Amino acid sequence: MGLQAYLTLAAIVFCIGLFGVITRRNTISILLGIELMLNSVNINLVAFSRFSGDVTGMVFAVFTICITVTEAALGLAIVILLFRVRRTVTADQLDLLKG
Amino acid sequence: MNGWLGLVIMIVLAVGYAGVMIGLSLLLGPKNPTPEKLAPYECGMPAVGDARERHSVKFYLVAMIFLLFDIEIAFLYPWAVALRDLGWAGFVQLVTFFLILSVGYVYVWRKGVLDWGPAARVRHPAERKAA
Amino acid sequence: MMDTPFNAVVPMLCVVFAALAVMMAEAFRGRDEQMALGGLGIVGLVGAAVSSMLLWNRNASSFGVIVADNFGLFVTMTLVIVGVLTIMFSSVVVRRDGLPAGEYYALVLFAVVGMIMMATANDLLVIFIALEILSLAVYVLTGIRRDDPRATEAAFKYFLLGAFSSAFFLYGIAFTYGVSGSTRLDRIGAFLAAQSMSDSPLILVAIGMLLVGFAFKISAVPFHMWTPDAYEGAPAVVTGFMSTGVKAAAFAAFTRVFLSAFEPFSVDWAPMIWILAVATMILGTVVGVAQTNVKRMLAYSSIAHGGYLLVGLIAANDVGKAAILFYLLAYAVTNVAAFGVIALLGTRDAANDELRDFSGLWHGRPALAALMTVCLLSLGGLPPTAGFIGKWYIFSAAVSAGYYGLAIIGVLTSVVSVFFYLRVVVMMYMEERDPGLAAPAHVGGVGMVALVASIVVIFYLGVLPTRVLDLAAESISTIF
Repeated sequence: MGLQAYLTLAAIVFCIGLFGVITRRNTISILLGIELMLNSVNINLVAFSRFSGDVTGMVFAVFTICITVTEAALGLAIVILLFRVRRTVTADQLDLLKG
Repeated sequence: MNGWLGLVIMIVLAVGYAGVMIGLSLLLGPKNPTPEKLAPYECGMPAVGDARERHSVKFYLVAMIFLLFDIEIAFLYPWAVALRDLGWAGFVQLVTFFLILSVGYVYVWRKGVLDWGPAARVRHPAERKAA
Repeated sequence: MMDTPFNAVVPMLCVVFAALAVMMAEAFRGRDEQMALGGLGIVGLVGAAVSSMLLWNRNASSFGVIVADNFGLFVTMTLVIVGVLTIMFSSVVVRRDGLPAGEYYALVLFAVVGMIMMATANDLLVIFIALEILSLAVYVLTGIRRDDPRATEAAFKYFLLGAFSSAFFLYGIAFTYGVSGSTRLDRIGAFLAAQSMSDSPLILVAIGMLLVGFAFKISAVPFHMWTPDAYEGAPAVVTGFMSTGVKAAAFAAFTRVFLSAFEPFSVDWAPMIWILAVATMILGTVVGVAQTNVKRMLAYSSIAHGGYLLVGLIAANDVGKAAILFYLLAYAVTNVAAFGVIALLGTRDAANDELRDFSGLWHGRPALAALMTVCLLSLGGLPPTAGFIGKWYIFSAAVSAGYYGLAIIGVLTSVVSVFFYLRVVVMMYMEERDPGLAAPAHVGGVGMVALVASIVVIFYLGVLPTRVLDLAAESISTIF
């Protein structure tokens, strides 16, 4: 399989995540979409790294994994806080700030 | 084939160690079973019941903290592979990394996140020391 | 100072150690023990400032990925000023609102570390890590008032769109790496200089994605949707911090990436940024006029200021680059002070950030009203304040680079923006205090000291700008 295949796969995963973020109303689903988007980049990085024989991409992927996990943990923490204060996890009902 | 010998030894050691440990605890440990102790997960949520039951937010807190500290191990694997090439400089850098990480751990611990049970919520580390 | 590979990271290390010390102090603090945690933070920031001064003109570089060139150090100094002012305003707010002091100051300091790292990074990977360090800290700071539903909602929206934009940014980095085979900015620049457009359409995708990521962070239109909500919902002192620090750091990295690595393709990206700049200036000003909440109004004003900074980036001549640095400093000091006034006016239970809360402030708190007036006039770009000199240099850079249209739109939107700044001023001086409102809060020592200090800086930059402008010009001569 060539580089093209991996890049296409990554692009598809990225778009699925993007679609999820835009269409979903449940905040947890939106978080899932963002995770998909961030992790699709790892496919790109590792594929580029593999096909160019340069390890920077793989190192980058390790850092990306760590950062996405911290981001997910923080996101979940904010959702829990949101639920405690507002009793909802639906994005549409978050409308205190407007104008 | 020789390259796999190490792996075979590793597997035998791992299985053997686990077996010996379980065997020893069966032979030597005191036995007075209660229903809690016989449950699949002695600590944690009841394994059988309504799936929509509400759980304490403590579980999520600990899960998230586990996730954060667990993922940092990802940095250990590349270092372990390149251990000899990186030498002492690499070792010092990794120790620094873990020192910073342990500051976070000490913070979590002193803040009482790891204390389990209803009493932990009202008690502060300083008071506990005084008590 | 000895030449070691660690020289360039010394300013950052000072702040990191201060942040870790604050965390440890908080962890081992007795229940009712009071500690000067903010003071600890200021010590670290002063350490960063001193080490930055020692590194000036030395072009130190650590491992090739962090470079303490004058450009980075100038922005570092700006960020240190923002950090110190924020901590001083915070010390009043943290006590008044009962915020968790240890967490608050540690997060502010870690955010400053991320910002300094972003301003001095010479590698896309490091820029991304720095971006996340500062973003994660600022997301939490936004929602630090856990009992306030608006702050929580603001934190969530900010987090969501921030993470969303990070994904685009990361995708752009991956493509840049794939095309050029490196994440180092100097190597990418050298690689692209040998390429022509037709060789790699992929690089245009990469530039586009990175542009979207940066545009989110500097809240350029049409990627500004999160800004008003996040700025309004966050505590005022945090808003001041993130509207200046995050913007300064993001702009430093933006300038570095686009004017050094992607410079060979400037023909392709300049028109895109042109559109962003025009849309940002116009929308920020026009929508700002319609706001009745002062925090929200200043949010739109900060969007518009991002537009003016983009003008400097497009002009891309020496005047423009120096003007970006000067403008960032002037804008940062002014905006932190303006949000500081709002923060000091609030009480534990009421934010007091509606326009009518400012009515008759002159009669109750003349000093505070006068200080707020200076900040607003500087934001509006009226002489003799820092904002005037900043705008003057930005627009003269645009004119000298031949972008007359941009300069005209910039001047026009500035004139319109004066309207909404003056509306607050009129409210403070001309109107009687609404009898239904409580008397404005009393403002204590540290907050007042910080306010007066920032006003002195605003006038210094406005009346005697030559020294700082020379420093800014010196800063850009070492790179690009």
